[in-house]
Amino acid sequence: MTSDTITEPNGVQRRGFLKCMTWAGTAMVWTVAGGIPRSQLIGSAEAATTDFTFVQISDSHLGFDKPANTDVTSTLKLALDDVGALKKKPAFMIHTGDITHLSKPAQFDTAAQLCGGTKLTMHTVPGEHDILEEDGKSYLNRFGKGTKGDGWYSFNDGGVHFVGLVNVMNLQANGLGSLGNAQLEWLEDDVKHLTSSTPIVVFAHVPLWMVYQDWGWGTSDGAQALTYLKKFGSVTVLNGHIHQVMQKVEGNIAFHTARSTAFPQPAPGTAKGPGPMVVPAGELKQHLGIADVTLVSSKAPLAIVDTPLAN
Amino acid sequence: MDEMLEPGGFARRLLLRRALSASVVVLLAPRAFAAAAEGPQVVIDNFTFSPTPLTVKVGATVTWMNRDDMPHSVVFPTLKLKSPAMDTDESFSHTFDQPGTFDYICGLHAFMHGQVVVQA
Repeated sequence: MTSDTITEPNGVQRRGFLKCMTWAGTAMVWTVAGGIPRSQLIGSAEAATTDFTFVQISDSHLGFDKPANTDVTSTLKLALDDVGALKKKPAFMIHTGDITHLSKPAQFDTAAQLCGGTKLTMHTVPGEHDILEEDGKSYLNRFGKGTKGDGWYSFNDGGVHFVGLVNVMNLQANGLGSLGNAQLEWLEDDVKHLTSSTPIVVFAHVPLWMVYQDWGWGTSDGAQALTYLKKFGSVTVLNGHIHQVMQKVEGNIAFHTARSTAFPQPAPGTAKGPGPMVVPAGELKQHLGIADVTLVSSKAPLAIVDTPLAN
Repeated sequence: MDEMLEPGGFARRLLLRRALSASVVVLLAPRAFAAAAEGPQVVIDNFTFSPTPLTVKVGATVTWMNRDDMPHSVVFPTLKLKSPAMDTDESFSHTFDQPGTFDYICGLHAFMHGQVVVQA
């Protein structure tokens, strides 16, 4: 897919130079083995899926109704149908934030209803769109029960230690996400007593690594958080926010961002701003999707299957 | 005063703590507010505040109008002033009652910067 024009809602066309997104329309498996990511087709990955698996969805933006996707409820449903159709039932589902577009009660209700239909436990972290009402309490009251602070927490499943972090509160003038000292101290303490062979999965809304500073796609104190995870042999960081797949590996840490189930956003620096990207009719579902994560073995890395809604 | 105008033209009072706000509280009927919106205006589009900086006189009511297809807000850290999220075609107004140079950001997208210069 190549498109060099973005049509904005007001009809103005601006040149965006959206170069070929090689992953669009193809189901890819990302296997990070020994710090080196490699990709496979979804079929082979599914065949190999015999271990612990979970699913990540992100950025459903329920309530968004602009030209980039006028029916985000339907595309979330499609994503959840894909989850339901997985050959091996995943242990649970993670939502990496921007569950809603405007933190409205009806939007949270729709999310709870649709996601509840999968019969999977859902672990969430808030995006900046989920904390627009009541200083984030409307999110916490619905999805953050039993969490600490602004909604951070950890749990163990399948031999993996999972940590949900909140980096969308009190955004500062540097434009980046932030965790804050209270959460950092909690994280340090939370992982201190774990053995270094414990696989760690950290999930948060805004990327913990610096994807693109000009658009605030990074977390100012993310590096500090990662220092607490250096001793672990396998660390996987799952984020949302940027509505596209990106990944990198740094030492023992694999970073991965998920697609949105609602609308795509431009690649860093390819447009004037990070607004919703209108793609040619029929191509939207290639830009939306879910991630299916497999724990390959207790020491080795996680295989992440990104599935576009259309494949 | 701070008011939020929704697309239907309905102005609702914000539940901002007045003690934290540097604004003068004036009661305005929705019709009067529509007139206020004709004052200095900052348009938000494509993740940008325009114009910025905006220079006004003390007592001016500035209106931010969101023409973008994503919600935005206006946060003045030094004034402890925070607007609610404005969805597309929603606006927010604030009356500046003291001179000074005031920087602000978008509370959702903090890389968006703006400045209001209030002259005595």
